Amino acid sequence: MGLTELSAVQLGKKIAAKEIRVREALDAVFAKTDASEGKYHCFITLDKEGAYRQAEQVQERIDAGVCDSMLAGVPMAVKDNLCTAGLRTTCASKMLAQFVPPYSAAAVERLQAAGAILIGKTNMDEFAMGSTTETSAFGITKNPCAEDRVPGGSSGGSAAAVAAGEAYYALGTDTGGSIRQPASHCGLVGIKPTYGSVSRYGLIAYASSMDQIGPLAKDVTDAAAVLELLCAQDPKDAVSVKREGTNFCGALQEGVKGLRIGIPKAYFGQGISEEVSAAVLRAAEEFKAAGAVVEMFDLAYVKYAVPAYYTIADAEASSNLERYDGIKYGYRAEEYADLHGLYRKSRSAGFGTEVKRRILLGTFVLSADCYEAYYLKALKVRRLIRQAFENAFADYDVILGPAAPATAPKLGESLQDPLQMYLADIYTVSANLTGLPAICLPCGKDRAGLPIGLQLTGRAFGEEVLFRAAYTYEKIRGAWQ
Amino acid sequence: MEEGKSKMTDTISDNMLEYITVLAQLETEPSEKAQLKMELARMLEYMAQLQEVDTDGTVPMQQVNEEGNAFREDVVTNTDMRAQILANAPAVKDGTFVVPATF
Repeated sequence: MGLTELSAVQLGKKIAAKEIRVREALDAVFAKTDASEGKYHCFITLDKEGAYRQAEQVQERIDAGVCDSMLAGVPMAVKDNLCTAGLRTTCASKMLAQFVPPYSAAAVERLQAAGAILIGKTNMDEFAMGSTTETSAFGITKNPCAEDRVPGGSSGGSAAAVAAGEAYYALGTDTGGSIRQPASHCGLVGIKPTYGSVSRYGLIAYASSMDQIGPLAKDVTDAAAVLELLCAQDPKDAVSVKREGTNFCGALQEGVKGLRIGIPKAYFGQGISEEVSAAVLRAAEEFKAAGAVVEMFDLAYVKYAVPAYYTIADAEASSNLERYDGIKYGYRAEEYADLHGLYRKSRSAGFGTEVKRRILLGTFVLSADCYEAYYLKALKVRRLIRQAFENAFADYDVILGPAAPATAPKLGESLQDPLQMYLADIYTVSANLTGLPAICLPCGKDRAGLPIGLQLTGRAFGEEVLFRAAYTYEKIRGAWQ
Repeated sequence: MEEGKSKMTDTISDNMLEYITVLAQLETEPSEKAQLKMELARMLEYMAQLQEVDTDGTVPMQQVNEEGNAFREDVVTNTDMRAQILANAPAVKDGTFVVPATF
């Protein structure tokens, strides 16, 4: 077995046991990036020099016995909307093409304190707005499972890097499904934790009331190990919470006997591919065979989740992206008549089409005449959606469904019809609107060999239940790839 | 409700596009306008389905955790990063950001 085929936890154990030096793990990873980056383009910035510098320091800490984290010395990648001190952070936008953050995101700092080796920054949809990684100003990323397909998005570079063996795991961010959907398309495990679990400090904001950071990993064990390191209250993020129930590695035990699993009937209506539907329902049968109680039920307001999500996300984005004015940092136009001209020309040239479209929509729904009819209305529907989930969790421990209605689309097909692309977010956006945790893991392949993802949604702060269920299913399913 | 809905699905007028473009501090090329108006109208029409939902008496939900604000003392914890911060500015003079004359 080649070094890059190990999981993150497997590699971490070998490093801890001094069977492998951190430098050797990096050599293996960079041999992979040298061989396949030309093909997949998972990264916007690779930092070999910085990685070897970190490796030396981490190796010293390991040798001195002062770094005993399970993931010490393991090379990982970070989505390019998370700030990294001294390392360019672009958000895949021309607007931030030259931006070098003076500080690192709290999530990155936590991993590095545990000995993680940051190897580079991954490609994504510009400002995390997109589902295919094709809105990046730095070129597209190809899906390592099939090169004519997108890796999903917006954390598509993170997903592709892990799927290609170029990183052992990667950080992604999830505002409407941007961790879970690329995990689904690339055959990985991805989890969006409960809102407030992971500090957003140093995450470049898209829709602040829904943004969360989480891992894309090769298996459930790796995802649990990474998320356990990430969860912590942070005074620098006002919505971060002091929480319990974060013994995710301890939750990795087989057994779903008596677990109550609900499947929303509306998730299997029109729009879902037959193969995805069949694979997900087959997984549900396997849970049943393992002793879980599995039932179909009526989840209310399913069809309103996507319009509510885009109304709120675009509104928050239009406000968050006001800060890009060409003054303190970011792109500045070369020619302008006055201060307002500088703002307008810098923003119009610095942002791409999808970002501008969402800013305009967000501006519209927040404008004086439309605020009540669009934005406030969406916030009210958001509460009804949360109540529907609360009602469901009175009867069930876990809600099971797909992560995406179809397997990875072909490159170049999705952006022609943005609304159609938005509709495919139907299974993922509810977890963001409600703040609930949700995990995606592979449950099969279609006839073309493309991965299909299974999504499990849990109660707020109920990740331990999700990890146990996911781990059990992973054992039943057997080895992946 | 019907009245609200029909108002909602009106196509975006040139004036409306101009209005939100100015609010958003953006510019649109004349050649982009037709396409943009169509895309925005289509999306807004889609969003307008929310009008079907009876939300009478429902309180808007802005945040997931509604336990109130988290207050803390306003204490500086970072070190002086003036040089790194200015290094990202497109134009700097005498340790300050440069902007066009505002008067």
